Amino acid sequence: MTLKSFLAAGAFVAASAVAMPAIAGETLDAVRDRGELRCGVNTGLAGFSNPDSEGNWQGLDVDVCKAIAASILGDADAVSYTPLTAQQRFTALQSGEVDVLSRNTTWTLTRDTSLGLHFAPITFYDGQGFMVRKELGVESVHDLDGATICVQPGTTTELNLADFFRANEMDFEPVVIEDFEEVNAAYFAGRCDAYTTDSSGLASVRSTAPDPTAHMILPEIISKEPLGPAVRQGDDEFFNIVKWVVYALIEAEEYGVNSENLEEMRETSENPGIKRLLGAEPGMGEHLDLEEDWAYNAIEAVGNYGEIFERNVGPDTDLGLERGINGLWTDGGLMYAMPVR
Amino acid sequence: MTVPTGVETNRTGVAALWHDPQARSIIYQAVALGLVILAGWYLFSNTLQNLEERNISTGFGFLDRSAGFSISESLVSYEASDTYGRAFLVGLLNTLQVALLGIILATILGTIVGILRLSTNWLVAKLASAYVEILRNIPVLLQLFVWYGVITITLPSPRQAFEPMPGVFLSNRGFMIPAPVDDPVHGYMGIALLLAILLSLALRAWARRRQNRTGLQFPVFPCSLAMILALPIIAWMVGGAPVVFELPILEGFNFQGGITLSPEFGALLLGLTTYTSAFIAEIVRGGILGVDHGQTEAAASLGLRRVRVLRFIVLPQALRLIVPPTTSQYLNLTKNSSLAVAIGYPDLVSVGNTTLNQTGQAIEAVTIFMTVYLSFSLAISVFMNWYNSRIALVER
Repeated sequence: MTLKSFLAAGAFVAASAVAMPAIAGETLDAVRDRGELRCGVNTGLAGFSNPDSEGNWQGLDVDVCKAIAASILGDADAVSYTPLTAQQRFTALQSGEVDVLSRNTTWTLTRDTSLGLHFAPITFYDGQGFMVRKELGVESVHDLDGATICVQPGTTTELNLADFFRANEMDFEPVVIEDFEEVNAAYFAGRCDAYTTDSSGLASVRSTAPDPTAHMILPEIISKEPLGPAVRQGDDEFFNIVKWVVYALIEAEEYGVNSENLEEMRETSENPGIKRLLGAEPGMGEHLDLEEDWAYNAIEAVGNYGEIFERNVGPDTDLGLERGINGLWTDGGLMYAMPVR
Repeated sequence: MTVPTGVETNRTGVAALWHDPQARSIIYQAVALGLVILAGWYLFSNTLQNLEERNISTGFGFLDRSAGFSISESLVSYEASDTYGRAFLVGLLNTLQVALLGIILATILGTIVGILRLSTNWLVAKLASAYVEILRNIPVLLQLFVWYGVITITLPSPRQAFEPMPGVFLSNRGFMIPAPVDDPVHGYMGIALLLAILLSLALRAWARRRQNRTGLQFPVFPCSLAMILALPIIAWMVGGAPVVFELPILEGFNFQGGITLSPEFGALLLGLTTYTSAFIAEIVRGGILGVDHGQTEAAASLGLRRVRVLRFIVLPQALRLIVPPTTSQYLNLTKNSSLAVAIGYPDLVSVGNTTLNQTGQAIEAVTIFMTVYLSFSLAISVFMNWYNSRIALVER
């Protein structure tokens, strides 16, 4: 892993040296010429981006990549996935190794301003939690004074952890391991009393435990972790596309458009909002420099936001997460699409 | 076969310079150097320009900012509110610690195994061979994972920790031993030890002079050893023989107090030491075999005992062959310590990678890595080269 991050840094240096300055529209043209979208994803996080037994990438973050590819190229499979560790992800995006980073990445001020990134709308509102073995008898985060805690480096998680214990005047000993599989193994082996990451990640890690019922997720959430796709600064056209594809997925759910009634809706719906969204009333695609069926293709490929959520992380999956704050604003959640008009 | 030689001699100015081999070679070198500098400047300025265009911040100003992350083990005091610069220092010292200890242990272990491989006892020699062949042919990263797995999976949790001796605990949180509580007597013991070492050196010089003058020998080694052991003990007894130890006590989740050797540090030290010792063993074996057998026979026929043959005849000649390749093993060990990141020991690269990711300043962080490892390696080289020239055979 060290070698990889070194290579990534090296590639970044090399690419910075030779690449021409970014021009608006450059990324879109490159994707079209290549006939393929390059998407940076997690190396393996069940429910978000994880290869299945046949090697096909699955998950919420992966579906966002598919939706973007379907909007631009009309083919949701025209995506090449680059699995990235927490450490490699920004350099990979900055150096142009990937077009879009869809890898459960938290939107923060520092990242937005000093890394040359733009964050597209949030696709998952997460928060940092803790998982412990039930046998410890720990009921709350406030019982963790003096605990050894496993954490991955280079994440906001690591900073929140230090902040939280400092603010509550508690001590802890971090065990910081870069590789996701290794840090999980260290926790399961009992090297740490607790494991911390985003609560969706905890559910995902717990589902891979030898005995998932032996572990419990503590009730407290200690941070805000808005996760969304990111693109490079300096290419506003591509940024717009990523932004509006995500909004289109959410707006589709608001209108009740899904992957099954999609065709029927386009033919028969009299609702001007739906007609604009699905391209029955032209104009929207032209503004984005895309075909008029851009949103239609995206929804056809992966469904609306609600379908994506249910399929990957919802109650019927191994992760078993409720919609909660990831519900539509009309249901008391935070998902609110800017109007497609 | 008549050659018009006049043409050669009549050239003037640039042409003459061009046909002068020495001048020409200088011109070639100057041009090559110029191209290298130009390429370097191009890369540097282009990188800066691109970073600026992509709104990525540059410079080392981030070292003064608060780091905000915790580090599990540190030789100097460190808190999450300290700066990135201090975090780098912590990582650097951790790297130094594991590299120095690793070099010392690998040298001792490697020398023993190397000599054992030459043993006339079949079983011992074969065991030593197996040790060398297994360890040096498996990538060190895998060995680190194995050691780390062995420590964290096979050892019990702190509540069921092994207690081989009172106050000594072994669990998957590490190896805990009692720490002596600070006492002024410790200072006197240190002074006594220093005194003993100085006295031993003086004794050695005196014994050598006496042997040169009279031919009489003096048992320097046993006397020195006795002094080095006895003087601090006497100081300790005179000081009232304080025996106050801070015992590690299971409190809450983990042991508090005492000295802790973490599983990460243990696994890294074990992995680097055994891996490098296998190479050093081969170098030592090669060095000893490289000394002509006639030398040993000649020494034996002079009536020297086996230990003396090794000490005065074989070793000085073998060291000449051993030191240079061992230097490169030391360099390898130091560089391999950067694999710590895989098992969570907070070395320079581990801390630096976290910093790199929090600040996004990849070029600066990697520059720091390279500078530090380059300085370490050059320092080791300089020291070993000095040692090598010191032990070189002096021809009389």
